[in-house]
Amino acid sequence: MRSFWKAGALALTAAASLCLFTGCHGARETTAFSVPEEFDTSKDYEITFWAKNDTNITQTEIYKQAIEDFQELYPNITVNLRLYTDYGDIYNDVITNISTGTTPNVCITYPDHIATYMTGQNTVVPLDELMSDEKYGLGGSQVNFDSPAADEIIPQFLEECSLNGHYYALPYMRSTEACYINKTYVEALGYTLPETLTWDFIWEVSEAATAMNEDGTYQVNGQDVMIPFIYKSTDNMMIQMLRQLGAGYSTDSGEIQLFNDTTTELLNTIAAHVKTGAFSTFKISGYPANFLNAGQCIFAIDSTAGATWMGTNAPLSDISEDSLVDFETEVMMIPQFDPDNPQMISQGPSVCVFNKTDPQEVLASWLFAQYLLTNDVQIAYARTEGYIPVTTKAQESDAYQDYLSREGEDNNAYYDVKIKASKLLLDNIGNTFTTPVFNGSTSLRDAAGQLIEDVTKAVRRKQEVSDESIQALYSDVTDLYHLNETGAASSGKTEFGPLPSTAVILLASLAAAWVFIGLYAVITRGRS
Amino acid sequence: MKKPIALMVTLSMALAFSGSVMAEETTETASEAVTEAGTEAAETEAAETEAASEEETESASEAQTESESQEEKSEGVMYYADYVAADIDTEVVIETYVQAKQSWWEDQATVYTQDRDGAYFLYNMACSEEDYEKLVPGTKIKVTGYKSEWSGEVEIIDATFEFVEDGDEYIAPITDVTDLLGTDELIDHQNQYVEFKGLTVEAAGQDADGNDVAFLYNWDGSGTDGDDLYFNASLNGETYTFTVESYLCDNTTDVYAAVKELEIGQTVDLEGFLYWYEGVNPHITSVTVVEE
Repeated sequence: MRSFWKAGALALTAAASLCLFTGCHGARETTAFSVPEEFDTSKDYEITFWAKNDTNITQTEIYKQAIEDFQELYPNITVNLRLYTDYGDIYNDVITNISTGTTPNVCITYPDHIATYMTGQNTVVPLDELMSDEKYGLGGSQVNFDSPAADEIIPQFLEECSLNGHYYALPYMRSTEACYINKTYVEALGYTLPETLTWDFIWEVSEAATAMNEDGTYQVNGQDVMIPFIYKSTDNMMIQMLRQLGAGYSTDSGEIQLFNDTTTELLNTIAAHVKTGAFSTFKISGYPANFLNAGQCIFAIDSTAGATWMGTNAPLSDISEDSLVDFETEVMMIPQFDPDNPQMISQGPSVCVFNKTDPQEVLASWLFAQYLLTNDVQIAYARTEGYIPVTTKAQESDAYQDYLSREGEDNNAYYDVKIKASKLLLDNIGNTFTTPVFNGSTSLRDAAGQLIEDVTKAVRRKQEVSDESIQALYSDVTDLYHLNETGAASSGKTEFGPLPSTAVILLASLAAAWVFIGLYAVITRGRS
Repeated sequence: MKKPIALMVTLSMALAFSGSVMAEETTETASEAVTEAGTEAAETEAAETEAASEEETESASEAQTESESQEEKSEGVMYYADYVAADIDTEVVIETYVQAKQSWWEDQATVYTQDRDGAYFLYNMACSEEDYEKLVPGTKIKVTGYKSEWSGEVEIIDATFEFVEDGDEYIAPITDVTDLLGTDELIDHQNQYVEFKGLTVEAAGQDADGNDVAFLYNWDGSGTDGDDLYFNASLNGETYTFTVESYLCDNTTDVYAAVKELEIGQTVDLEGFLYWYEGVNPHITSVTVVEE
């Protein structure tokens, strides 16, 4: 069961906000890392690996197997695994441990989070030198396993790990979002799924699905409950809609552009569909998969990494057997405004290496991080969900191609919905994008989702949603996520009020001193 | 020219120092400003909410079942029956008593509460850390929020609260719902402090070697110590799943330790709160082995 997701999300938000204020004050500084000439195999190293799984025991077993295999290759390195099921918890714990100098050695992460980690000096190891090192780099001569070369990592995925011109992480797995569709109901409503899903289509069918019988049940499913369209991650929803429309979200340098006319228009549209009961969100109603599988939802948008929960025959389910409804599941890319130019988000875990005082320990950490990109780990993990491997070496391997070719062979390892979700991303790598990463980008992402959540709640509570109320919402959300309180993340002028008197006196003294220096220099030059 | 250079270096250092001092001061000022603004906004919202809720509650009170209640309520406060009858997404005002605290983070508290008529789960209610400490079991509070339902769990969200001055204290007696397991009536006790007696521990799953185990970290065994614990127990041939929710009872609590010691086949009595997630999902706070 997947209850209490909410506390984790809250912790993430809170930690992000906290770091905006503190800039990770108290972070212990470590000397910048440089690659040792040789890896010292005469000494033992114990490293910690903080890993995230999707509450999926197969994934945890893959991590454990990877560690076991790696330790056989490097008997002098011991890897201690700490498991998480929530990115927010990892982020929160890393922030706490930066200040005490007890960060893990290797950590699953999002690039957005690394931007915050980097507010500590030399906290996260830049990987450029390590990646290109002849001996220990990607495909290096002294690496004890079949490591992928740098050019075998999908360039787009690697680029997502680049901050300020340096690589601070390696991609580990990639996913995107997919729309999981009850095709049976779409056709029962008299529609045919288009080649590319559009927002117009999804809204139209969703509205049609709200038609009710006289007894209060819905015509399409005969049940008391029908939420035709449910979106899991409303931050992704807003980000992708804006991107598809070419509207602002943020600049690369962190200038916030989220609060614009297009956003207002989108929120008004969403509000209209909430009003008719055609749309809701995960945070407000529950997991899209649960509604989809119970025949109470037609369009469920969630990560491809959630594919094993989707559909009548899904291998994982949170609802009782007697609630399951039999229907045909279709997997499509998220709806588009311009079907000829589809755009979807690229997401998924990356792995970073934290700096330590002993460069040999860092090198040991790097070797393990690199091991996670080997074919055995990549293919095994990608098979657990609708992920895809991040290297061409793994993607093009016979083993992975064989896996893809066996779509639908059973409802477990070869569950068709899961493999279709993976293929969706494989076919659209060139159509994926990521949002700019900066200190505060996590908060901006949360804010984007909060707009949709708040508008949805407002409509459900029969409160007025208008251009004016949306402007007020922008102000509230800006305050809630402290979007005006970091230089990098601010689009407007921050008002800090008058300077304290002590500061005024000090500045005045400094100005006077500089004037004195200038005069002295002029006089001295005149005398000479 | 050595003196001017030394002077400039000194001044530059002083400037750098003053800059850092100023940065701290500026940050504090900015934070204070934001906090004040936030507080004002919250107060305004609370005032508006109060006004709106008074109107709604007045009309709702016409249908209230005061005579059936064991509670005395302040003016403008709903009886439990009115709360149950209220539509999802409507504003509710209740008076209730803290029974257990689940979590606090960034000025939001999640709390199990109950009055003499029924229970209310308060999810992420606005609450300072200082006030959270005061929310000891038995404390009477007045809560204004929105009734909501998430995967079957009826809760109050986006809530604010105030302590009821001179309010009495109340700890709800435990309700034995053993006989209601598997029945439609069980949901009538949602979020209440309940007990299940005489259940038999069943296998929760298998370990890596394929041996049956009495509990799992996370629902499928994917977690580690500190995560939620899941275990199964049966009654009259039907097996039910129980959870030790790690925010409510972490791995330092007696119940967490007790579940880790469970053995398949033992007879146990269980206490906890009747949480809901796609069906009943009790959050267990006490496990007693009554028969080995």
